[in-house]
Amino acid sequence: MRIQQNEISAERTRLNLDLYAKVYLIRMAEEKIRRHYPEDEMFTPVHLSIGEEAIAAGICQALGPADQLFGTYRSHGIYLARTGETDKFFAELYGRETGAAKGRAGSMHLSLPDVGFCGSSAVVGTIIPIAVGAAFADKRKKNNNITAVFFGDGALEEGVFWESINAASLMKLPVLFICEDNGLAIHSTIAERQGFNSIGEIVSKFKCNVFTEESTDPEIIHSIACKAIGAINGSGFPSFMHLKYYRYLEHVGIEEDFQFGYRSRKEFEHWLKIDPVKIQREKLKTLGVPEDEISEMESEINRRIAESIRFAKKSPFPPDGSLCEDICE
Amino acid sequence: MRKITFREAINEAIAQEMERDQRVFVYGLDVADHKRIFGTTQGLVERFGRERCFGTPLSEDAMTGFGIGAAINGLRPIHVHTRVDFLLLAVNQIINMLSCYSYMTAGRSKVPMVIRAIIGRGWGQSFQHSKSLYSIFAHIPGLKVVAPSSPKDAKGLLIAAIRDEGPVIFFEHRWLYDVSGDVPEDAYMIPLGESAILRQGNDITIVAASWMTVEAMQASDMLVARGVSVEVIDSRTIAPLNTAPIIESVRKTGRCIIADNDWVRCGFSAEIAARIAEECPEKLKSPVTRIGFAQTHCPTSKPLEDLFYPNAGDIIRAAERSLGLEPMELKKEEFYNWKKRFKGPF
Repeated sequence: MRIQQNEISAERTRLNLDLYAKVYLIRMAEEKIRRHYPEDEMFTPVHLSIGEEAIAAGICQALGPADQLFGTYRSHGIYLARTGETDKFFAELYGRETGAAKGRAGSMHLSLPDVGFCGSSAVVGTIIPIAVGAAFADKRKKNNNITAVFFGDGALEEGVFWESINAASLMKLPVLFICEDNGLAIHSTIAERQGFNSIGEIVSKFKCNVFTEESTDPEIIHSIACKAIGAINGSGFPSFMHLKYYRYLEHVGIEEDFQFGYRSRKEFEHWLKIDPVKIQREKLKTLGVPEDEISEMESEINRRIAESIRFAKKSPFPPDGSLCEDICE
Repeated sequence: MRKITFREAINEAIAQEMERDQRVFVYGLDVADHKRIFGTTQGLVERFGRERCFGTPLSEDAMTGFGIGAAINGLRPIHVHTRVDFLLLAVNQIINMLSCYSYMTAGRSKVPMVIRAIIGRGWGQSFQHSKSLYSIFAHIPGLKVVAPSSPKDAKGLLIAAIRDEGPVIFFEHRWLYDVSGDVPEDAYMIPLGESAILRQGNDITIVAASWMTVEAMQASDMLVARGVSVEVIDSRTIAPLNTAPIIESVRKTGRCIIADNDWVRCGFSAEIAARIAEECPEKLKSPVTRIGFAQTHCPTSKPLEDLFYPNAGDIIRAAERSLGLEPMELKKEEFYNWKKRFKGPF
């Protein structure tokens, strides 16, 4: 019995170390973007994930290696959490030949299909039906994979969201819908945009398993994601996760924007107390992970990020002759 | 050789490809109902099951994205729209995703997807059931656009479209469905991006697209009977556009009429005229003439509808002007009239 409990606790520690590695990687990669952006060499509009890390980490941790995922223009978090790589990531932001999409896509259209991150779109809601079709292909192939698709609260105002959730529920497709709700579409609040009371409640009218959570704890998100995936496997119907988080920075760019008055710093300070990176680090300490093990892990991540930025800056731009490549004509 | 109709050719192409390749599936509104898209999806449910031929919710937008997702994940979707006009509900997916998916992933994800869209005409189809719009899609990089005009081309081009690694939009004119012609029984491909010279001649070139190819052939029959040597080229593929045979023909004849089944402004006919202007302006003996829909919306009323659409008579008049010939008597000529073919509604 004692051995079993030790195993459970060791497993929990391993899980939390993995989750911390993910949230820390996302946070530090984006902090480095913030540092280097003013050098004016990264010509790509960045929509930073800072504040959202628990969702990206928790869900990517719960997905299997053959599961696929799709995202939005705010996808640094899920890219890093899924792929774990930073070379192609930074090279893409710097528009280099060595980037994930050879500099074609930039920050807003990230993907790395080889490892299951299949695409992202900068037009709100547009990627959602593509995930539904990918799940249809999986169902046809009977491979038990699921497809996860991330989108913001604004996507619920797009017709294509309703078309997609309807089709997935009707056709019983293995889709994990993830609504990352930061309460803002650029600068306008949900109250200004949505004519219904509750996202979770309205979606629950579909033949779909609905999960709602406000936590910024990656372990809690992970646990709900596992339940949501289990519900897909158990019921055959898709799952929908409604997850709240707080966007620390401006919609696009690297700065805070509380001075413009559309939201208050006070609200931010509340969320800062439950910052996902901070609480995950504290959790590792309570689980008995020694401080030097944590800081070693952090240094390793920081070293990799610094190396990747150097690699990106040294990498060549795509050759002139490649202008019309990779287009099916 | 065996003769079958255009609709049978479409049906045969799909059935043979579904037989050959398990990844091919057909979906869209009404593909599996009792009418089977004017018969073009006949027998598919019975042969291949509802897993591979199925109707969808009325969600053209999402169901287009659905096809993209299925295609990047290893299947080969054929999405069907009974009218081109309904395709407009899916334009965000087609232009913002389908056309650029390969580009976005630096070629890692290909989208082998076919979209079939039917051009309606006649019996009061009016302005939301009659559009062609292929020029709009041909404008976009990454989309192939096909508009066949004969049963043989329909089968060969559709098979080529299904086997293509990229997205293809396939425009079928409703009136062509009853046209009968020689079609080989075995599966075969006609390469996308090759036009066809339907008739060789030295005096004047007529370039046509979709239904207007039928009108161009009728016009050329009458012009040939008057001793005019006419060359008729069916574009077959709007994008990529195979201009070499057109330029070669115009270098020879020095005269060109472009007969399009669409509006003239900024359209396919403008593109052909521009290519001629770029590549062989010195060879022109008279100005290029463009023929297409009137620059308005398609009316319901039959007399106005007749004026809206160009026909073989317009091509003949344009040829006479270009060649400096006296106008021939056309009043007694019978041009194609849906009243003889259709008992509506359709």
